[in-house]
Formats: sequence, structure tokens, C-alpha cells
Amino acid sequence: MFRNLNEGQLRAKTKELRTKILKMLCEAGSGHSGGSLSSIDILTVLYNKVMNHDPKNPKYPGRDRFVLSKGHVCPALYVVLADCGYFDESHLMTLRKYGSILQGHPYMHKTPGLDVSSGSLGQGLSVAVGMALGARMDKGNQRVYCLMGDGEQQEGQIWEAAMAAGHYKLDNLCGIVDQNRLQIDGFVKDVMNIEPLADKWTAFNWNVIRCDGHDMSSIENAFAQAAAFKGKPSVIIADTVKGKGVSFMENKCNWHGVAPNKEQLETAMCELECD
Amino acid sequence: MEIVELKVNLASPERVPSRDGYGHGLVDAGKMDENVVALGADITASVRVDWFQKEFPERFFSVGIAEQDQMCIAAGLALMGKVPFVTNYGVFLAGRAWDQIRTTVCYSNLNVKLGGAHGGISVGADGATHQALEEIALMRCLPNMKVIVPADAIEARKATVAIAKTYGPAYVRFGREKVPVVTDEATPFEIGKAYCCKDGTDVAIVACGAMVYEALVAAEKLAKSGISAMVINNHTVKPIDKDTLIEAAKKTKAVVTAEEHQLMGGMGSAVLEVLAQNYPVPARMVGVEDRFGESGDPDTLMKAFGLTSDHIVEVAKEVLKMKMAR
Repeated sequence: MFRNLNEGQLRAKTKELRTKILKMLCEAGSGHSGGSLSSIDILTVLYNKVMNHDPKNPKYPGRDRFVLSKGHVCPALYVVLADCGYFDESHLMTLRKYGSILQGHPYMHKTPGLDVSSGSLGQGLSVAVGMALGARMDKGNQRVYCLMGDGEQQEGQIWEAAMAAGHYKLDNLCGIVDQNRLQIDGFVKDVMNIEPLADKWTAFNWNVIRCDGHDMSSIENAFAQAAAFKGKPSVIIADTVKGKGVSFMENKCNWHGVAPNKEQLETAMCELECD
Repeated sequence: MEIVELKVNLASPERVPSRDGYGHGLVDAGKMDENVVALGADITASVRVDWFQKEFPERFFSVGIAEQDQMCIAAGLALMGKVPFVTNYGVFLAGRAWDQIRTTVCYSNLNVKLGGAHGGISVGADGATHQALEEIALMRCLPNMKVIVPADAIEARKATVAIAKTYGPAYVRFGREKVPVVTDEATPFEIGKAYCCKDGTDVAIVACGAMVYEALVAAEKLAKSGISAMVINNHTVKPIDKDTLIEAAKKTKAVVTAEEHQLMGGMGSAVLEVLAQNYPVPARMVGVEDRFGESGDPDTLMKAFGLTSDHIVEVAKEVLKMKMAR
């Protein structure tokens, strides 16, 4: 555990991080608002309460690993990493700008605390499988976490990786699906239906856990169940809302890859602060 | 320019598939470094990775028929300090998993090694789907990637050990069929260092892979017509050895390139990119001319696709005419 925050403190933390995400996206003038807001609660719990990591020693071999397979929601990861102390908060306002340590999609050689680069969907779970196999080879205690999108479940490689993790019984691996039910073209069920999703993961020999992806104790409990389960990898299917916390962004697919302008930012700040 | 005499009997050379060299090299690398691991994708014996698997079963991972997964699992292993070797048929390795190689492996400069089997038209009977003719182009345009096309099984073995010792992504290409062995244990091999294996003054034939043998035979045939041909073994397509190429061009003022690959984007293109910008000389290329392969026995195919010493001789004479006309 990185910080021993109680549920109320965690909730306050995610509210603060949501405002930072929106401010940095507004300053950048582009980027992915919807998915950053749907995944921020999961990432906050993961980095504060679940993962074994050390911002003062970002590369120490015994740390747990995190793969952001849905790389486009990196604003959410960047605010969490800055909050943990991996780099100074002032960098947040350089997102997507020339020379920034915060690239439009995660690049491990520029951003302290990133375990891997990502951005081409469908590849992260395979990388996580490799990490989990490597940890097992060395008899290490590291756990490996991989956050995927629900639209990303349409990528064939996800299921190649799912098959491999099941085959190798990688119980040191935990996948998370940020199931916000939207992708760029519309609802996932209309663009290309992925259901029954839990049955698919079960069929690929995974332990499936469901949680409310915006409820701190539900998320924390899901990660605890995953860590306790032996003999199979676990996947947490987190029920989330795209754009969560900002009424005009919630459940709107057109907020997938758009940043708020100054006016929209002000409205959003009011909503978050009044909440 | 370094001149390395090759003691090959051109009339009746020993013939060994270069994939055997890769297989032995992988075992050597495994003995040298306990972090070397290998990933198999169902064609493990065909690409000679079964030798490593037998020697180091706990360091071998079967991934099934899943090239993209294979590549990214290797990336994950590399991130944990392993030196993973991903071996597959070149078409599926460089083609099917190209985005994985680009964005997950090369972008982050991960220490993943690629063994591309069944390179070239000489794959034979399996036909166009399995004859890799585009991998050099696909791989050499990627930042951080090294591309090596060994001349024979002995050089393939050395190249495999060399990429294991050198940090970063690297692709080594090898073939299925028995091809002449032109080098020996004592022949030097260094990544990025081409060498002259036959000196000459009229034309330089720059070759890689099994075409090095064809180039040596062509040089012998040209000598009978009074033409002095130099032969360069340009085994490393990237990083390319500019100095040796420019020196060869300065000395001969005429260049022929020869490879078992599409002309567009391959080793010949890489050579001419260097020469056009540094020391332009009349040049012609031998390779596959913008077409797919087909089934047939390897020798018939090499003749049908113009990948023989006779074709190199013909093209060398053409380039000499260009040189004279200047």
C-alpha cells in the first residue's frame, strides 16, 4: 500500500484529480476526456491502496507493474503519477506540447513511473502476460495490472493474450476492463457487441470479478479478491460511466477524444466543486 | 578496406540451411546468458528453436499460433530483464506483428530479438504465402531496429550470438533450404561491418544472404571475360556500413546489388541510398522485381526470378556499359 487513505479521503482525492485532468486537457486543447474520467477512480485506488511501488525509486525491480493498455486515457494516469510524486505537478500543464515529458500517449522513456509505452490498442495485455511470466521465472512477488477499455475488447490480440494467461495460470496477473459502454462511433453494443463479456473471460480460464468502478470500497474489494485468488488470472470488469463527474460529458460518445474549452471547463469545475 | 578471403570451393560447396545456424546460435546465446529466453509459435522445430527448448525447457514459452501475442509477451519479458528471442516465418513475424514490433518493441527500444525464418523465394514449394520477400524493407524503416541477413549457416550462428550480446531490437533473417557455406569459423563477423570477400577493380557486387555465394560465382565468371569484380558481403542492412560501401564505389565506379528480396526497400535500396547521397556511381539491382513468388523447387525458382550468378553477370555487364558511357 502506498497511502493509507480512508474511503472519504480517497473520494476527495479523485475529485481533486478529476479537476486536474480537465484543466490539463483544456490547456492541451485536445485529448481524451471521457475515458480519463471513467478510469480515474480505478487508477486512484490502484496506486494508493493496491500496488507496491516507490516514486523515489521508480525502477526498483521488486515493484508491481502497471500496463495502461488503453493508452489514450493517460491524462488520468499522469495526474495519479504526479500525485504520488513521480514528477512535479507543473508538468501536467505541458501535456501534448512539444518537449513535454507527458506525450499524447504514454511513452516510458519520458515519463517517470511509466512501466511501458502504449497507445496501439490490444497490445497491453500481452505485455502484461510477458511481465507476469518474467516475474514467475524469477520467483518474484510482483503483481502485474493491466487496464483495458471495453471497446478494446474487440481487438483479437486481447483474446490471444487472455488464452495465454489462462494457459499459464498467471495468478500474479490482474486485468481490469473499464466498462463505460461507449466508444468513438457510439455504444459498444452497436459498434461491435462484446457481450457476454464475463462469460468470455470465464471461458478463457480467468477468474471474473465485477465491481462498481466509481465506488472506492467496491474497487478495493475487487482488487483484494483478485490478489487472493490462486491458480488463474483474474479480471475485474468495472462498471463505469464515460465522462463520470461532469454532467454534459457523461455517457456521451462525442466526449471520447475531445478536450473541454475554457467555458466548458468552468462549468465542469463548478459541478465538481459543488458536488 | 578490409579484405577477408573466403576459402570456399565454389564448384562444390558444402550446403547447410542457415536456419540450422540460427538454431545453434540460439543455444550458444542461451549458454552464454541465463536471461536468454525463447518463444515458440507452433513451428518450433521448423525454425530450429526446438534445440533451445530441449536444452533450456524452463526458458522456453509456447504461445500457440499467435504472432502478435508472441511479440508483445516478448516485450513484457524484456521489460523484466529477459532477452527474449521471437522466432517465426518472416512473413508472419515482420508482417503480422509489424505494429507490435513498431509501437511496443522499437518505440521503447526494448531488448527483443527477432529470428525471421523462411526468408526469400528459396522457401520453394510452400509458395508465395510463405516466401518472405518484404521483411528487410519492413524492418529497416523502424527506428532502433538492426537488420542482419547472414550469408550462410556459420554466419547466421555468429549473428544470432551477436544480437544476443548487443542491446536493442534486432532482426536476423535466415532461410529454409540448404545453401552453400561460404564463411568459416575464423571469418570475422561484426554487426554493422561489411567486408570485401573478393577484391576487384571494375565493378563491386554488394550482396547479402545466399546471394553472397552467387556473387562469388558471378565474379569468377566475369573474370573469364576479363572483368575484375569485387564482392562485398553486406550482411548488416542496418546499421549499414557506409564507409565500406563508399570505398568500394570509389574504387570500382560501378555497383551491382544482389539480394533475395523485393527490390523496393531492401538491402539494395539501402546501399543505393548511401551511394546516391555520398558517391553516386552507375548502379543496377538484382532482386525480386515487384512480384509475388510461387511454388516450385528452389533452384528453378531462383532461376525464374533472376536470382542466380548468371543474372548477376548479365547485370554487371550492363552496369559496366553505363560506366563506359559516362
